[in-house]
Amino acid sequence: MDITNRDIIIWLNSIGASNLSIQKLNTHFLELKDIWEVDSDSILKIHGLSKELKTKILANRKIYNLEKLFKRIKELELNVITIYDESYPKRLRYIYDSPSVLYTKGKALNYEDISIAIVGSRKSTAYGRWACEKFAKELVDMGVTIVSGLAAGIDAMAHKTALENSGTTIGILGNGINVIYPKKNLSLYKEMEENGTIISEFPIDMPPLAHNFPLRNRIISGLSLGVIIIEAQEKSGSLITAHHALEQGKDVFALPGNINSIFSKGTNKLIKDGARPLLEIEDIIEEIHELKNNIVPKKVDIDYSDFSDIETKVLKSLEEGPLHSDTIVYKTGLDISTINSVLTILELKGVIKELTGRTFVMN
Amino acid sequence: MYSNIKTCVLQGLTGSIVEVETDLSRGLPVFNIVGLPDISIKESKERVRTAIKNSGYDFPLSRITINLVPANLKKEGSQMDLAIAVGILKSSGVIIDENLNDIVFVGELSLEGKVNPIEGALAIIISLRELGVKRCVVPYDNRDECSVIKDMEIIPVESLGQTVDYLNGEIVIERYRKSFENGFKEDEFTLDFADIKGQAGLKRALEVAVSGGHNILVIGPPGAGKTMAARRIPSIMPELTFEEAIEVTKIYSITGLLKTNSLIKQRPFRAPHHTASAVSLIGGGRIPKPGEVSLAHNGVLFLDELPEFPRSVLEVLRQPLEDGTVTISRANATLTYPAKFVLVASMNPCPCGFLGDPVHTCTCSQASIDRYLGKISNPLLDRIDIHIEVLPVNYEELKGSKVEEDSATIRSRVNKARKIQLDRYRELGIYSNSQIPNKYIKKFCKLSRSAETIMNQAFNKYNFSGRTYNKLLKVSRTIADLDGSDIIDDRHILESIRYRTLDNKYWG
Repeated sequence: MDITNRDIIIWLNSIGASNLSIQKLNTHFLELKDIWEVDSDSILKIHGLSKELKTKILANRKIYNLEKLFKRIKELELNVITIYDESYPKRLRYIYDSPSVLYTKGKALNYEDISIAIVGSRKSTAYGRWACEKFAKELVDMGVTIVSGLAAGIDAMAHKTALENSGTTIGILGNGINVIYPKKNLSLYKEMEENGTIISEFPIDMPPLAHNFPLRNRIISGLSLGVIIIEAQEKSGSLITAHHALEQGKDVFALPGNINSIFSKGTNKLIKDGARPLLEIEDIIEEIHELKNNIVPKKVDIDYSDFSDIETKVLKSLEEGPLHSDTIVYKTGLDISTINSVLTILELKGVIKELTGRTFVMN
Repeated sequence: MYSNIKTCVLQGLTGSIVEVETDLSRGLPVFNIVGLPDISIKESKERVRTAIKNSGYDFPLSRITINLVPANLKKEGSQMDLAIAVGILKSSGVIIDENLNDIVFVGELSLEGKVNPIEGALAIIISLRELGVKRCVVPYDNRDECSVIKDMEIIPVESLGQTVDYLNGEIVIERYRKSFENGFKEDEFTLDFADIKGQAGLKRALEVAVSGGHNILVIGPPGAGKTMAARRIPSIMPELTFEEAIEVTKIYSITGLLKTNSLIKQRPFRAPHHTASAVSLIGGGRIPKPGEVSLAHNGVLFLDELPEFPRSVLEVLRQPLEDGTVTISRANATLTYPAKFVLVASMNPCPCGFLGDPVHTCTCSQASIDRYLGKISNPLLDRIDIHIEVLPVNYEELKGSKVEEDSATIRSRVNKARKIQLDRYRELGIYSNSQIPNKYIKKFCKLSRSAETIMNQAFNKYNFSGRTYNKLLKVSRTIADLDGSDIIDDRHILESIRYRTLDNKYWG
């Protein structure tokens, strides 16, 4: 086997070397592959490397380890991009602590396409899910790639919406690419492999560790031109993503929410600190100039002539905002069995949507 | 002297005739009972001896042998006292009537000589009628319960002395008859649906559930009115038919829970606490007794805070929910009790209860929510036809002056819908839409053409499973019955879909 510098980087990543250590080794050696050749003393003498890593390098410097690694990558049908490759995403190259290695799975992507990140809390409100779905769909319609973190809640919702509308979407993992976390996302994970792309900078088999999740947030914001925060509590990983985005000079959009909802505390604070409040899709178009050419004509207002009298009555009552079906009964004065069937037919027609707890909203 | 008297023992709900053979012979005075009696029967020796003495007769001073035939059947219960006493008195010549073969005696004796009421009198009478018995002597206090059966001569007795006098022809005891009021009295309910402001959706769902006997799951935060509504279900339940009433009374009779000693006319409503054990729910014991599922037969089993029940307890519900019967096996007996009930379950959407609440904030972690919902297994969910989510009523509705429908109005609609079902299924021996066997679904649940199109669209939109299809049809059938419609139309199917869109949300 002919060992290249690229192989060594992947191998270093697999034994747990940090991006910083890899850079150090790269400057220390003329050619990175020399690591393989030099005697153990000269490795132990390298300055600025942890002792732990040095012993790991020495212990794992075996050709069958390397062969095993590449066999594994092949088995898992992974695509590996290193920082020395041409195909390495340009946007990531210049962020702080660029990942040295990216394991990817799924559709091959052009990382220079317009992409926007949508992130939010794991636990979300119906309002958050509704807004997430709405903006994700509108962005996908404009051909935007949706980037998110494949976590439960808003992240999963963003990916799902993109997939449902046959858009492109990238999920950035905080664990090894072959580890499914949370388990609830299994079906989403499978679908992402099929119709989307998943990326991880962590070695294969890396379990989900709490301190790795904030790290992957820099990739989420790094790959995107802008970041949308749907809902975030006061201390939330989504705020870390926003922080990274600001550091990387990306636009941050935050969805305003009730000031008494703990799920919107973080986003409201972001707005106070200068993030752009996300009220409509135009807010994004104004900031991200690349989107100007992709604007799709807006849907015209609902033409009530297509609906029966009762349907119109129900739709009109929903115009002021989301309503509970019991409240619709109260407002329209119709009986519940009629309302129930009208709501179903309107949902089938796609003009309204059930949020949660029989609360309905216009699409 | 030899005599032969008939009495009856119960195994579960079925009774068998037992012959009490008595023989008096010379020898040392002993009193032996043979033929697999249990402790309660062995004790009857003392009751019988004292009762005979205190009724003014001589207890024979001879060797007394009692044999219970068939000897291989295990016998229990105190209802044999009367038969044993009559047997001894016949052998000793106090009772002179020779023709006691067509009478069955049941009753427990007190030391004073009084005949005490027994448990399971109605079940005994029903079994005896099936066995062709024409005349039965029963305790006076059980007379109302027993008189439900018309084609049998019920002779109520108060004491042993009265029984002997009756048999000797010294007094006449009229056969006891009580006219059974057809149609039930307008029962008084203290709780009424009119008390519930708003919550139109929940009320409607409960109306549909009780009309067609559909199981229903109510999900909502605390204070939404789940329990309040459930407590009011008895006030809208359809009338019991005579056959149903007999079935219910039989079960209550053998468990000794029959308070009024007459036919039960209200559908039972059982609400076991969530600390209930699996055995108390399905029944059990050395000789298995019916549990809550059987006590709720033809009525409602209400499980409040469903996920708080231990999972093992919930899983035992699966078989009764599927078959409508429950079979309990113990070393002493294997018994089957009926258990056709409507399951009404309520639960919070998460452990703290506030997930999805518009005002309060849920403090649960996703993992704890998953664990909480995970307690309800899919097979159990599959057996629940109607899912409905409730939210607390808003202030506008609470203060609103809108007059809410009272229970009587709802019940009249429910009764009408149930009547249609009873007529439709007369030949199948089922009582409601929820019980339609799968092979008959096509026959009874006919969709209009446009309804079929809607069904198709809905399947694509909501990803329903095949099992859901049948449920939708059954629930739509009930909604159509409430509407008085022969065929299932668009609006019926559309409404029923509203009750099924929750599955994916919580258990997706």
